[in-house]
Amino acid sequence: MAELAEAAQAAVEHGAEALTVQEYITHHLSYLTYGKHVDGSWGLAHTPEEAVDMGFWSIHVDTLGWSIFIGAAFLLFFRYIGKQATVDTPGGMQNFVEMIFEFVDARVAEGFNGKNPLIAPLALTIFVWIILMNTMDLVPVDWITGLATLVGEYVFGLEHMSFKIVPTTDVNITMGMSLSVFALILYYSIKMKGLGGFLSELAFHPFGKWMLPFNLIIEVPTLFAKPISLGLRLFGNLYAGELLFLLIASMLGVVQLPAHFVWAVFHLLVIPLQAFVFMMLTIVYLNAAHETHDH
Amino acid sequence: MSFNLTMIGQSIAFFVFWWFCQAKVWPLFANILEQRKQKIADGLEAGARGEKDLEQAQVKVTEQLKEVKAQAANIIDQANKRASQIVGEAKDQAREEGQRIIAGAKAEIEQEINRAKESLREQVSAIAIAGAEKILESSIDQAANEEMLSKLAAEL
Repeated sequence: MAELAEAAQAAVEHGAEALTVQEYITHHLSYLTYGKHVDGSWGLAHTPEEAVDMGFWSIHVDTLGWSIFIGAAFLLFFRYIGKQATVDTPGGMQNFVEMIFEFVDARVAEGFNGKNPLIAPLALTIFVWIILMNTMDLVPVDWITGLATLVGEYVFGLEHMSFKIVPTTDVNITMGMSLSVFALILYYSIKMKGLGGFLSELAFHPFGKWMLPFNLIIEVPTLFAKPISLGLRLFGNLYAGELLFLLIASMLGVVQLPAHFVWAVFHLLVIPLQAFVFMMLTIVYLNAAHETHDH
Repeated sequence: MSFNLTMIGQSIAFFVFWWFCQAKVWPLFANILEQRKQKIADGLEAGARGEKDLEQAQVKVTEQLKEVKAQAANIIDQANKRASQIVGEAKDQAREEGQRIIAGAKAEIEQEINRAKESLREQVSAIAIAGAEKILESSIDQAANEEMLSKLAAEL
C-alpha cells in the first residue's frame, strides 16, 4: 500500500510540482465532474473550482459511475447465481447468496408487518448495494485514483484529475438514496392511509385535534428528519472513514501501513453496520407508512 | 457539500435497480427456497409415512407369522394322525397276512398229514396183505399170529 501510494504520488509529482498535504487531500475529495460551465457549454470540469461553479447542473461521473457499476454488477451477479441455482445441490456461491437473501428476508419479516412483496427486494437492493459501495473504501486510496489521474493526464489531458471511487462518501449519492426512500414513504403513506389519513396523522397526533399546531410542529420536522438523517448518517460515517484514510496516507509516511491496517479493521465494522442501519431504517419507515390507524 | 444532478441520477439508478431486483433477482431465490422448503417437508412427510408403513408391516408380519405357525402345527398334527393311522393299517394288514400264512401252513400240514396217513394206510394194508400171505403160507399158528399181529400193530 505504501509503495503504491508513493508511486502514485511520484506520478503526480512527475506531472507537476509536489503536492502538499492539503492539496493531496483536496485532490482526493474532489470529483470528476461533468456539467454546464459558467459560459453555458457542457464538459468536464478541469479544476475543483470549475466544478463548484457548475452548481446544480453537473454530475459526478466518478461516484455515480461507480455506484451504477457496483449496483449493476451485484444485481447481474445475483441473477447469474439465481439462474443456475439448484434446489438440491447448492454450490458455495449459491449458499452465500442464499444466506444474504435469507438474512434480508428475515429482517423484513420481523420489521415489516404490511403485505407488500416489493419491500423485501428493496431491502436486499439497498443492503448489498450499500455494503459494496462502502467496501470500496477499503481499496487503498491511491490505487484506482492514482491510475485514473495518470490516465486523465496522459489520455485526456486533464491535470490533477480527481477520481473518487467510494460512492457513499458523496453526499449526492447517499441523499439520492434517502430521498428516494422518502418518496416511497410519502407514496405508500398516501396510498395506504389516503391523503386525508396521512395529513391527519401529521395534524392530530400525538396530542389530538385541540393541539393541532403543536402536533404539526412535532410531526412535520420528524417526517423530514427521516431522509436527512438516513442520508447524512451514511455519508458522515463513510466520509469520516475516507478522510482518515487520506490523512494516514498523506501524513504518516512509512508508518502508514500498520496505521492503514488498524483503521481498515475498525472500518470493517462500519461498512456492514451502516448498510444494515440504512436497510433497517428503510424497513421501519416503510412499515410505519403502511400502518393504518383506526382512531 | 453541494447538491447536483448526481442526486437525481442516483435516484433513477435506485429505482431501476429496485425494479430489476424485484423482477429478475428476488423471485429466483424466493422460488428456490420455497421449492427446497416444500421438498424438505415432503421428505419428512415421506419419512413419517415410511415409519408408519413399517410399523403396520411389522404388525402384519407378526400376525402372519402367528397364522403360519398355527397352520404348521395343524399340518404336523394331521401328519402325525395320518402316520399313526398308516401304522395301524399296516399292523392290521400284517396280522391278517400272518394269519393267512399260518392258515395256509396249517392247511398244507393237514394235507401232508392226510397224504402221510393215506400212504401209511396203503403201506399198512400192503403189510397186512403181506403178513396175511406169510401167515397163510406158514401154518396157521394162533400164537404166531398173535405175535405177528402185535408186531404189525407196533409197526403202525
